[in-house]
Amino acid sequence: MDFFYQTFIAKFNYWIYVILMMIGLFAMIAKNNLIKKLVGMCIFQTAIILFYVSIGVKQDARIPILTKDEVPHGGHYTTEHHDGHKDHKADQERPYIDAKTITNPIPHVLMLTAIVVGVSTLGVALAIAQKVHLHYGSLEEDEILAKIPLGNDG
Amino acid sequence: MVEQFPIIIIIAPLFGAILIALLGFRFQSLCLPAVVGSLAISLAAAVGAFLKVLEQGTVLYNLSGWERVTTPRGLFSVSIEYRIDAISGLVLMVIAAVGLLNAIYSKVSVTTETPNKVPHYYILYLLLVAGLAGMTITNDAFNLYVLLEISSLTSYALIAIGSRRAVLASFNYVIMGTIGASFYLLGVGYLYIKTGTLNMTDIHSSLATIPKDSASIQVALILILIGLWIKMAFFPLHGWLPNAYAYSPTATGTLMGPLVTKVMIYIMIRMMLSVFGTEYVFDHLQWTNIVVGLSVVAIVAGSLFALSRSDLRKMLTYLIVAEVGYMVGGAWLANSMGMTGAIYHILSDAMMTFTLFMVIGIVITRTGETQLTAFQGLFRKMPITMVGFTIAALSMIGLPPTCGFFSKYYLVRGGIEAGQWAYVSALLFSSLINAVIFFRLIEMAYFHGGKAYGEEITDKDHEHHRSRGKDLDAEPDGTLEKVPCSMLAPMLIAAASLLAIGILNRPIAGWINAALETLNLAQGG
Repeated sequence: MDFFYQTFIAKFNYWIYVILMMIGLFAMIAKNNLIKKLVGMCIFQTAIILFYVSIGVKQDARIPILTKDEVPHGGHYTTEHHDGHKDHKADQERPYIDAKTITNPIPHVLMLTAIVVGVSTLGVALAIAQKVHLHYGSLEEDEILAKIPLGNDG
Repeated sequence: MVEQFPIIIIIAPLFGAILIALLGFRFQSLCLPAVVGSLAISLAAAVGAFLKVLEQGTVLYNLSGWERVTTPRGLFSVSIEYRIDAISGLVLMVIAAVGLLNAIYSKVSVTTETPNKVPHYYILYLLLVAGLAGMTITNDAFNLYVLLEISSLTSYALIAIGSRRAVLASFNYVIMGTIGASFYLLGVGYLYIKTGTLNMTDIHSSLATIPKDSASIQVALILILIGLWIKMAFFPLHGWLPNAYAYSPTATGTLMGPLVTKVMIYIMIRMMLSVFGTEYVFDHLQWTNIVVGLSVVAIVAGSLFALSRSDLRKMLTYLIVAEVGYMVGGAWLANSMGMTGAIYHILSDAMMTFTLFMVIGIVITRTGETQLTAFQGLFRKMPITMVGFTIAALSMIGLPPTCGFFSKYYLVRGGIEAGQWAYVSALLFSSLINAVIFFRLIEMAYFHGGKAYGEEITDKDHEHHRSRGKDLDAEPDGTLEKVPCSMLAPMLIAAASLLAIGILNRPIAGWINAALETLNLAQGG
């Protein structure tokens, strides 16, 4: 039971992303219809986005925004100082904020970019699929391959 | 100004693309000058940055001026950072130079093959060059992913803009390319979990504090390697490449064939050296034999496939697959000689395949044939093109003083030092196959072709040919004045650069070696 808990329950987010990713990969490779391949591609990319989002989350943590009285010196943290003495004083004045109580925003921000990338990939891929349909009159891979003369491939 | 050179390399093509997007649709004659101008600025900045690197060592550039901050764990980068050392400086110069020369070369082919899409084509072209240069220069693992996708998305479109068959090849490339890029992203995610940073230098210094047998790090390396191997068409994962490059428009093939796979190899080397570190990749994991074994298979299979193709561009694409095997194997030999050879081969192979793609583009445009027989009697008809072809062919075979000889020399010496005899013999075997392939073509070009020019074209059924080069006259003439200068001049410059890189092999290898020494790979140099 303990093994079960350690391997599956405690790491369920990783299991979900792996399962989703495999579903997507399977669809991308095994499906015959080009649009179904693209649906698989979407699932594949979403699985990675879920993975990133889940690694930023911490238990009982709050959103990464500081309230007014948590922020010292009227609004900024100075991290680089030319005067070491002053720095020490500033550090003492600064209230203690435990990083464990704040969710890590960076993976989420990264995924905003990745979502945009995913959307544009899907857009380009759909446009290409449309052009395939225009040229070959079909979106089924086997029907398209049948229309390509032998010896002209590979 | 000088300290802004790293960003100018990227910004110039990006702004060029925006300029064309704004004005190119109305004034189509503006497109090519904008491309050439912005890439010339980019090349000048790359040369300037490289000279600065030679003068003062590695150049770091923080985007938007965010300096590194001091934390309890040491200096920590908070912004995207650009980093140029001697190796990436050389690769950047090659990217900008190939982009610039190919832009001039593309003048004729773009207007004939995609007449109503000239501005679209050049916007994508500049974005592709910006993406490739950005991948080489950036020191941020996630920024690299974004630039990787920029260059992939533009290359999908640049391929699909071509013939009917290219569209399907492009679709396969979308699927494979997305799998590759996603695997890379996943690998970066694992590195982020373990180190909490995305800056490559910081990842490297954090990894030093983590126990070496961590499974996450190993998984990260495997995922990143598989992702990059798909993108660089390392042999069993090469399926997308031949069709995509062979059916794409001429200027797309000449840009992507030389650059995309080489940049991916540079990134793999970058990951091995400056992210995971040589002591982890080579000494701890001991995967050298496996990867070099895979590269042996890639070299042999790529060469044999190339030998069996009768389509000119298909043959070239399989040669690229074989050359990828050279470089992956060289990089994984785990000694500085092999690594120097792999990096030197990135430069020389980029220029060799570039020259060959341009020659074959000219031949296909002029003769209208895509098969090997197109070369019959070409020495008489296109003497200048054939000079370029001969230099590139000798370089592919590996004869001095061309650069192909020196890169193979370093790779073979690295293989002997590492005791990888299978790799050494695969290199020599592949050189022999290249000799067969190219001497066959040279022989055909010299001695065959008593037939008149027009006859051969009418013999062949046109279905297998691309619909270009129909404006031929039947008379066998010097054709020299018929090959436009804008195609010949870049080809000859590229061919001359093969000799130049070969003659300058000592300083170039010296720069690469000096850069490798700073990255802890200097045993037995």
